[in-house]
Amino acid sequence: MIKVERLTKRYGPTLAVKDITFEVEKGEIVGFLGPNGAGKTTTMRILTGFLPPTSGTASVAGHDVLEEPLEVKKHIGYLPEAPPVYPEMSVEGYLDFVGRLKGIPSGEVNERLDGVVEGCALRDVRKKLIGQLSKGYRQRVGLAQALIHDPDVLIFDEPTAGLDPKQIAEVRQLIHDLSGEHTIILSTHILSEVQSIASRIIIINDGKLEASDTPENLMARMRGHESLLIEIDGPPEDVEERLLAVEGVNGVSRKNGHGGRTSWSVETSKDAVIRSELARVVVESGWGLYEIHPIGMSLEDIFLKLTASEDAAEAAVQDEPAAEAGADSPDETVEPTVSEAAALPEEAPPEEKEESSKQEGAAAS
Amino acid sequence: MRNVWTIASRELRSYFASPIAYILLAMFSIIFGYFFFSAVAIFVDFSSRGQMGMQMPPMNVDQFIIQPTLGNFSIILLFLSPMITMRLFAEEKRSGTIELLLTSPVRDFDIIFGKWLAAVLLFACMLAISMLNLAVIFLLSTPDWRALLVGYLGLLLMGGTFLAIGAFISTLTKNQIVAGALTFGAFLLLWVLDWVNAYSTSTIGKVCQYIAIAPHFEQFSKGVVELKDTVYYLSAIGLGLFLSKRSLESLRWRA
Ligand SMILES: Nc1ncnc2c1ncn2[C@@H]1O[C@H](COP(=O)(O)OP(=O)(O)OP(=O)(O)O)[C@@H](O)[C@H]1O
Ligand SMILES: [Mg+2]
Repeated sequence: MIKVERLTKRYGPTLAVKDITFEVEKGEIVGFLGPNGAGKTTTMRILTGFLPPTSGTASVAGHDVLEEPLEVKKHIGYLPEAPPVYPEMSVEGYLDFVGRLKGIPSGEVNERLDGVVEGCALRDVRKKLIGQLSKGYRQRVGLAQALIHDPDVLIFDEPTAGLDPKQIAEVRQLIHDLSGEHTIILSTHILSEVQSIASRIIIINDGKLEASDTPENLMARMRGHESLLIEIDGPPEDVEERLLAVEGVNGVSRKNGHGGRTSWSVETSKDAVIRSELARVVVESGWGLYEIHPIGMSLEDIFLKLTASEDAAEAAVQDEPAAEAGADSPDETVEPTVSEAAALPEEAPPEEKEESSKQEGAAAS
Repeated sequence: MRNVWTIASRELRSYFASPIAYILLAMFSIIFGYFFFSAVAIFVDFSSRGQMGMQMPPMNVDQFIIQPTLGNFSIILLFLSPMITMRLFAEEKRSGTIELLLTSPVRDFDIIFGKWLAAVLLFACMLAISMLNLAVIFLLSTPDWRALLVGYLGLLLMGGTFLAIGAFISTLTKNQIVAGALTFGAFLLLWVLDWVNAYSTSTIGKVCQYIAIAPHFEQFSKGVVELKDTVYYLSAIGLGLFLSKRSLESLRWRA
């Protein structure tokens, strides 16, 4: 359905997208994952015909974006980073305008409009001016706008940015419901955002395609790289020794503690259910246990894990650990963002939102 | 054509959803009303002198009221048309809605023509208001309505030219104030060209006079359709729209 070959985009001296190649089959949901400035928006803009590529080709539904832009545009519903809405228009008036703009026959516009108003839960605000809506509603108007002509291909640029957790869940559900008949590409900074709904994840960093795989395979490749932060009141030498002795612990490194306590970062294999075991050891040794929680892994680290093999550990050494994401609250609402951490999946269901760890350089192997 | 109308009608609704259309129409009514009033006052003054037996050329309303009033239109356009066109593209670029337009299955030219058409229709509302003023003369006298129609045709062409240039300038920036200022500057320059070179006989002077927008209206205001003036206006409109299209394309390439 979507075919991208050796795509490169240059903005003056800036190389925003470097030689990206991928394909998306009909009915797939693909998540574009990458940190700020990775080139996600640029790639999407090329696919939608908003920007021309500097070199390489892209085609949607068999039509080249440069040669048959109008055909391509007919097949695409696009939600840009900022919803493209006119504040002075009513929701209804705006969707009517977009419907006509997208070429829906006059007789069918109303029917389609009612459809998306229901689908995006906009009935209450139908007559309101868009300028008076909250960010969440405006985002939904943006979604409705992308869906109104029932396109085969949907391209959503950070569809959940700026929404509250309830609305994030709703939008996710909406996207999930759209899968099947539609081919969907969505971008995000947050791994957990796409891992549940995407059939494939494409990771972009610094304009380059780093990985393209199913969420399951990606997780498998990252297995064995969970870290825990543990704060203990006890003699440092003993602590290190005993923690290392626990089965499943690959490495322990000391972080600066405060007061009499010391913080440790513990590298574990992902498979081991290790927290209770660590807690038991600490308590049995008669030390005080103040804190134990998983620490997030930044997207940068994930890229390192995914792309580098042997020298991963070495590379990570230079990476100053700054992991304090996910913190203490098991609260679902705390979504780590890319700068902090990326949520990793947890096979054990009880702690659904567990974050895995930023790699602690010194401890690695 | 359907796309053009979709774009134009949204743009028009948008003009009337904000105060801008009403402010422009109100300002126009006042300024035009004043011009009209002064023309009538002069006419009345002169004709009363004529009645008092002084030596005066024969007077008619066409020459003494309609022509000068329509002739002043270019000054009104100089000031008001930048306010009509400054937002056309600048605002879409600023708010990001340009991304919706440019990723919809419509041709660039439909977008540009639709927006220009909306601006022209707003200008036509002004013309309608001015007609209400002029209707008064028809109650009191019998002006040449054919000449008046030609005058209005000329106004539409001249207005269309101003608006096409304004639309082009609006594609150049994200900031509507900048667009407005540049447009006003450009119009002022074109106006001054005419003014400075009005009596010049040098080639440069003639070229400048040809480029200036307002002088081409003179014949229209007298009720005469001159081919060269019509061609001038139509090609200026074409050029403005063409440049807008180019600018929109290069916006993509640069973006
Ligand atoms: N209009 C532009 N002019 C110049 N450079 C640009 C332009 N748009 C983007 N860039 C550059 O291209 C690179 C990729 O930007 P892009 O917007 O595609 O990133 P992104 O992955 O969408 O990031 P984010 O997560 O912040 O949205 C960045 O380095 C950015 O600075
Ligand atoms: Mg982006």
